[in-house]
Amino acid sequence: MCAMSTAVAEPGAVPIRDRSMRRERRWALWGSYIALTVFAFIFLIPPIYTVITSLKTSTEISSRQGSPWLVQNPVLDNFLELAADAHFQAFFWNSIKITVVVVILSMVISILAAFALARMRFWGSAALATGVFLTYLVPESLLFIPMFQIVGSLGLMNSTWCLVLLYPTLTVPFCTWIMIGYFSSIPKELDEAALIDGASYLQMLVKIFIPVAMPGIIAATIFAFTVSWGQFLYPLAFLFSSDQMVLTVGIVTELIRGDVFQWGKIMAGSMMAALPPVIIYAFLMDYYISGLTAGATKG
Amino acid sequence: MAQVSIRKIHKVYDGDVQAVKGIDLEIADHEFVVLVGPSGCGKSTTLRMIAGLEEISSGDILIGNRVVNDVPPRNRDIAMVFQNYALYPHLSVFDNMAFGLKLRKFSRAEIKRRVDEAARILDIASLLDRKPKALSGGQRQRVAMGRAIVRNPLVFLFDEPLSNLDAKLRVQMRTEIKLVHQKVNTTTVYVTHDQVEAMTLADRVVVMNQGIIEQVGPPQELYHHPKTRFVAGFIGSPAMNFLPCHVVQHGDGLAARVDERIVLSIPAARRDRYMPFKDKAMTVGLRPEHMTEIRANGKPGLERIDVRVDVVEPMGMETMVHFMVGRDAMCARIDPNTPAKANAMLPLQADMNNMHLIDPDSGRVV
Amino acid sequence: MVQATVLQAELETPRKSEVEQVGGLHRLIRRRSTLAFLMTLPLILVIVGLVAWPSVYSIYLSMLNKKMTAFVGIDNFTFLLKRSTFQMVIFQTCFFAIVAVIAKALIGFVLAHLMHNIPSKTQRVYRGLLLLPWVIPAAMSTLTWWWLFDPSYSAFNWALNVFGFPSVPWLGETWWARFSVILVNVWIGAPFFMIMYLAALKSVPEQLYEAAAIDGATAWQKLIHITLPMMRNIIAITILFSLILTFANFDIVRILTNGGPQDQTHLFSTYAFQVGIQSGDIPLGAAVSLFMLPLLAIFAYFILSGVNRRTREEM
Repeated sequence: MCAMSTAVAEPGAVPIRDRSMRRERRWALWGSYIALTVFAFIFLIPPIYTVITSLKTSTEISSRQGSPWLVQNPVLDNFLELAADAHFQAFFWNSIKITVVVVILSMVISILAAFALARMRFWGSAALATGVFLTYLVPESLLFIPMFQIVGSLGLMNSTWCLVLLYPTLTVPFCTWIMIGYFSSIPKELDEAALIDGASYLQMLVKIFIPVAMPGIIAATIFAFTVSWGQFLYPLAFLFSSDQMVLTVGIVTELIRGDVFQWGKIMAGSMMAALPPVIIYAFLMDYYISGLTAGATKG
Repeated sequence: MAQVSIRKIHKVYDGDVQAVKGIDLEIADHEFVVLVGPSGCGKSTTLRMIAGLEEISSGDILIGNRVVNDVPPRNRDIAMVFQNYALYPHLSVFDNMAFGLKLRKFSRAEIKRRVDEAARILDIASLLDRKPKALSGGQRQRVAMGRAIVRNPLVFLFDEPLSNLDAKLRVQMRTEIKLVHQKVNTTTVYVTHDQVEAMTLADRVVVMNQGIIEQVGPPQELYHHPKTRFVAGFIGSPAMNFLPCHVVQHGDGLAARVDERIVLSIPAARRDRYMPFKDKAMTVGLRPEHMTEIRANGKPGLERIDVRVDVVEPMGMETMVHFMVGRDAMCARIDPNTPAKANAMLPLQADMNNMHLIDPDSGRVV
Repeated sequence: MVQATVLQAELETPRKSEVEQVGGLHRLIRRRSTLAFLMTLPLILVIVGLVAWPSVYSIYLSMLNKKMTAFVGIDNFTFLLKRSTFQMVIFQTCFFAIVAVIAKALIGFVLAHLMHNIPSKTQRVYRGLLLLPWVIPAAMSTLTWWWLFDPSYSAFNWALNVFGFPSVPWLGETWWARFSVILVNVWIGAPFFMIMYLAALKSVPEQLYEAAAIDGATAWQKLIHITLPMMRNIIAITILFSLILTFANFDIVRILTNGGPQDQTHLFSTYAFQVGIQSGDIPLGAAVSLFMLPLLAIFAYFILSGVNRRTREEM
């Protein structure tokens, strides 16, 4: 058998025997595992360090004794003090308030618009769809300056409501884009069956499209949530006082007094701020990822 | 009652594409009518216009004596079974069938009664809690039919419902559809490209081609008396053989002269009918089932032809042989016990009593 | 027989009440259009009122003087272009964006291949771990990096010292600061590339590789002749997307260096913030951020044509 196969193949071009193919594959497998584990370790260094630091007292942090990578005296003080701090609570509630309102607002706008764009052909729908896409590409760092003027003139400066007004510019385009993709993939015959069964357009949307496209809706909701929750630039530019401040900016500005950085608290606060997105991610990872890939591949 | 009238229907798409070019059809109450034809002939478009899913460019459609041109689908009192079933994937079988009834605000009790009834007729009562993705193709098709049945409409519309099923299932479902029609007896308009389905299911068959109706009639009439070459070649499987020839004087009567060697006498009964076409170039149509091996029964009208066999297809209960006559490929059905080999000569007899003569200029069968 | 009569008995809701005459079919179409328009109205308001209008307003603002009382044309732009600080900002932003995106693409590509090699169940575990940098809000994870780079307390420096290497001025020295900023952006963004490329890898039919193996291709040849061409569109679109996002990045630089040391790590966005909001010169800030527009437009154009090409190919 060996002789026959060497006679047929060109010398040295192809791994001939089954055994060497499997050996090659096992090498690839184990090599991949090792490389991936190294990468995972590297990727997780900062989060791990965050946890470590959050468990240290200020004295331990500033003492510089021993390895900063270990905790000698783990305490939960940082978390407890933050949780009890009125400012921190305000930050948390503001973030939640804004995020929930923005998510609901964004999803309503995107679902309605996506349904109309995907299903009801009307004059200008193609142009509008392209417009949605282009809007997604306009960054917040371009808009924040003119918005500074506009928000100021509307009297909404330093108010959480101006954020509720602004965040949809970041969430709505992409959410609409995702929903258009999901709605378009529903076969048109389902529409026709529903029409014959007696449904109006709105009934179609609510009773059929939304349930069938639920994975897309979840993915878009997750996206809207993570974008709103983690926003930094807009709150930094438009909010000044502690009672209106959101979590992301609050941690940075409030826990740094002059030259004193309360790193333990900062790390604890950052952990608590990162928790909602990470929890959602942990439980809904598949939806999270499909939301990411949907944006570019379904484009 | 539930007749469907289609009067002078035209359908033009943007860009002047004429999908349907003037169709007139009267469908009686309780009738099962099949629209059949090749892809692009306009049959689906016509069906969708009856459903209200396509706008009518001109003409009228009446359902139950009411003009429905501008009536939206939900108010036409019709139900439709789609090729891809179009079942709502997130609803159970029960809810799929109940969907239309719920929208029309039927009571829970009435919905349950109707769904259970339909499920019994279609033998899907055990599947009511399942979701579509847990069903086989045949089961899904039955649920789609159930959804139509519970609505108790004036007209059932079927849009190529069996095209997505494998061959064996198709044959089985064909019978079931016919059974359901016998039980429920609603006026039905059924679209298919498969002429076997048309022949087996229909009270009347409507053969369509390129946007017009070629012929309407009961299956047997279309089989025995096609009016155009298209219908002659479309109905019947395998398709009719066509031989170009000249009608010539042959003794006292006429003959179809294919070439010097093959001259087929035309039966005396047809002499007068074909006399106007003497010396004209015509086409002879002969179904494969009317070209058989030599059988010793001495009927008049049987002509012998010796052919060289190209391909032999044993089908079990009969054997098909393919051969060339001049430049035309032809096919004959012979008894499976007759010895036939590729590249060997085989004597065949053509039953000219069942011939058709076609005028190649007009395409009409004379 | 019995079933037929049972079904045909009109027990409830007779057909007559189902008949609603809507009017002409033309009216129906118009109703659909108005309904569709109403459904897209909020979206149109968002786009026009909150994106298109401010963008245009921004152009107008950039052409005013500092007190916003007079129209000065393109003076702000010429002023910026003459300042060496701003010239550096242009360089820094482009450098940052290009280097970071290339690094993210390469690392993402390598990771995607590694992930593709292992079985699906373990893939999920690794995918969960490796995507974490992307999931954590950028501002929060940047805080940790800031702490890791702290001049006095850097845990990295501590580790370096243990192995005998000197401490690194992560944020103190120009090129190290630039490196650190790029490092953080790559750390955050590489998982995104990995996910996209993994999805693209999975969509390449296995049979192509098998045919190539039979034809005698090595692993490298398979990569060049099958993988890369099949993934070409996704690679391009992802890179372009990332270029736009990286180009306009704000959070990382703002938190880590605030543009320093000596404005050597400023990007358009952070410089615009400093000039416009902190120093109170709105028109100048607007001018700074508008410099991003031409490049963004070019990237956007390429993405659009790439996406259109892709949808056409898929049809």
